[in-house]
Amino acid sequence: MSVNAITPDYTGEIKDRVENFHGQQLIYIGWEDHLMYCAPLCIPVLPSLPFGTLRDQIIPKLYELHPDMAKVDWNEVVWLRSGQPFTPDPEKSLVDNGLGHKAVIRFRTPGLTGIGGSCS
Amino acid sequence: MNMPAAPNGPKKLSLKENYALLTRGLGWDTSYEDMDKAFPLDKFEGIRIHDWEKWEDPFRLTMDAYWKYQGEKERKLYAIVDAFQQNNGQFNVVDARYINTLKLFLTGVSPLEYAAHRGFAMAGRNFRGTSARIACQMQAIDELRHAQTQAHTISQYNKFFNGLHDPGHMHDRVWYLSVPKSYFEDAMTAGPFEFVTAISFSFEYVLTNLLFMPFMSGAAYNGDMATVTFGFSAQSDESRHMTLGLEVVKFILEQDPANIPIVQRWLDKWFWRGYRLLGLVSMMMDYMLPRRVMSWAEAWEMYFEQNGGALFNDLARYGIRMPKYHDVASMEKHRLSHEVWGIFYNYTHAAAFHTWVPEQAEMEWLASKYPETFDRLYRPRLEYWRAQQEQGKRFYNPTLPMLCQTCQIPMGFTEPDDPTKICYRESDYRDNKFHFCSDGCKDIFDNEPEKYVQSWLPVHQIYQGNCFRPGVDPTAPGFDPLAEVLLYYGYHVGEDGGEYLDSPDRRNWEQWTGKPAVAT
Amino acid sequence: MSSDTVFIAFQANDDTRPIIEAIEADNPEARVAHFPAMIKVDAPGRLVVRRESIEERLGRAYDLRELQINLVSLSGNIDESEDEFVLCWN
Repeated sequence: MSVNAITPDYTGEIKDRVENFHGQQLIYIGWEDHLMYCAPLCIPVLPSLPFGTLRDQIIPKLYELHPDMAKVDWNEVVWLRSGQPFTPDPEKSLVDNGLGHKAVIRFRTPGLTGIGGSCS
Repeated sequence: MNMPAAPNGPKKLSLKENYALLTRGLGWDTSYEDMDKAFPLDKFEGIRIHDWEKWEDPFRLTMDAYWKYQGEKERKLYAIVDAFQQNNGQFNVVDARYINTLKLFLTGVSPLEYAAHRGFAMAGRNFRGTSARIACQMQAIDELRHAQTQAHTISQYNKFFNGLHDPGHMHDRVWYLSVPKSYFEDAMTAGPFEFVTAISFSFEYVLTNLLFMPFMSGAAYNGDMATVTFGFSAQSDESRHMTLGLEVVKFILEQDPANIPIVQRWLDKWFWRGYRLLGLVSMMMDYMLPRRVMSWAEAWEMYFEQNGGALFNDLARYGIRMPKYHDVASMEKHRLSHEVWGIFYNYTHAAAFHTWVPEQAEMEWLASKYPETFDRLYRPRLEYWRAQQEQGKRFYNPTLPMLCQTCQIPMGFTEPDDPTKICYRESDYRDNKFHFCSDGCKDIFDNEPEKYVQSWLPVHQIYQGNCFRPGVDPTAPGFDPLAEVLLYYGYHVGEDGGEYLDSPDRRNWEQWTGKPAVAT
Repeated sequence: MSSDTVFIAFQANDDTRPIIEAIEADNPEARVAHFPAMIKVDAPGRLVVRRESIEERLGRAYDLRELQINLVSLSGNIDESEDEFVLCWN
């Protein structure tokens, strides 16, 4: 049973389907072991955005207030897509990297453990 | 008068007889319409009721007594509110940081009292048992009284402090207020049995002590006479509501064995939903009360682990077990308040109340209450934030957070076995991805996805362009969407949110009272 | 009968002083804890509030439903009559 409702075969409207975002899609970004930014971030992006642009221009700007951001070695970063390790292709778009609407991407920066090693 | 006098004067009814006449004698079965048409909503949930007469009324409060004692409570409350106003009691609180608990309460909790009034009026209409209808009706009246007395009492603070000017408007729009709002609307859009199980039992009986008892004791401890009074005045009604909740659940369970798994699923769901909602209370207790009564972890142990444990031992004879993930909630007790305060510290520029870094003495208290977590995980970032602030760089997170599809809280909670890793869960449904902060929230979605695909998630609504005032042109040059959202929320921008030490509340407090902004 | 704790809590004021005294007299195992503005009484398994005990201390007739005016919270199954208000776990 997909819902307990008075109406037989009730279905709900999906409020956040990609058509509602005016040509953009959502992507969620989380930086492991850096919980000074309290939760993963949510941003709208063009589905055609190259992954390299996200990595080189957008993510550093999102986290620029963290003292570890300037120390990140982007060649060492480990990427996770829906929790599974993956190797993104920086030339390809988000969608072609398997990062569709409401995909969640996490990155781990080896050696960096947040403020005072607290994972914050 | 033709009535013959009784030989020994009129017989005085016992309490039980008196209450039975009120709750049994007033009902009737419809004769020219099918009862199923008169009560169309009390069967689709699958709950089987064979005999409504078995409903037990624990508090046998008849209408005469109800009006008498409620009237007395009101007179007492308003006499105190008068004295409070006449003596400028709003300046007797410890310091102006405390007022932020009232802002959270008035915008987050008081509208739920009004929603409860509506919910119980609807539930009462939909039960075919008379005594259940009467119980719901009386609770609906109580809840309306709570909404009113809270608005009346806190209105005195509204004359002097920011963020209290439009709780109803904010409740329907503001991002963190979608947490309590969606919680209650979830219950109200369920059937009547799930509604009373959710609100009367899971919330009122199992969890409400964690809201009102520390909150009101905290108010007393911090010099807020007015809030203590409305709080205890409301809480005296809650005792009746809690008792109703326990009786509802026992009644349903005793009626038919087929009801047991349905009730257990509701208890699992509503325990978790209520627990997530109470994250707001945890930060209030550990961070927002300048003088602290007890820690969240201590309150959880006293009111959930001990009292809740006794309650579920009592229900075990029906085949009911502790709610799923209660063990996760207990594992989280040493981190919950710190994670929630972190969320609001990040986004206080978009909130209608202030946040701050605790003083050193307060951090010592936190370290003593949370020896395993505070110094290791939370003190370093609080001290970093303080240092940044002293350089004029108070940290605000400029990017909107990812929210949980079920509880709608930013995804700031961590893995049950690792407080340094954010807990990510997801489900694929109808070609869409949905994300959750916990197994508890994921289970709730997976059980009824058609309900929760409809969640009005504030972050997504902002990005869809649905959170601007009417007539605003998002394509105009220089349009700042996030600034516009705050106007849509009804904030007085520059007054209502942000850092406490930078706030007009702080400056006014010092000027009007001559007392320090932060009590030592 | 379970020995899990039941409790009842009242506002701390002059109205509740004789009530608390009556409860202490009638429930030797009860433990009274004082919080800001609130008094909480815990007891193992069962706790009884007796009308007569309150009346003795109050010096007037007392309707147990008056408890509601100053009641803050409670835990346990309730059985209420004219003479007694009982909290217990089964």
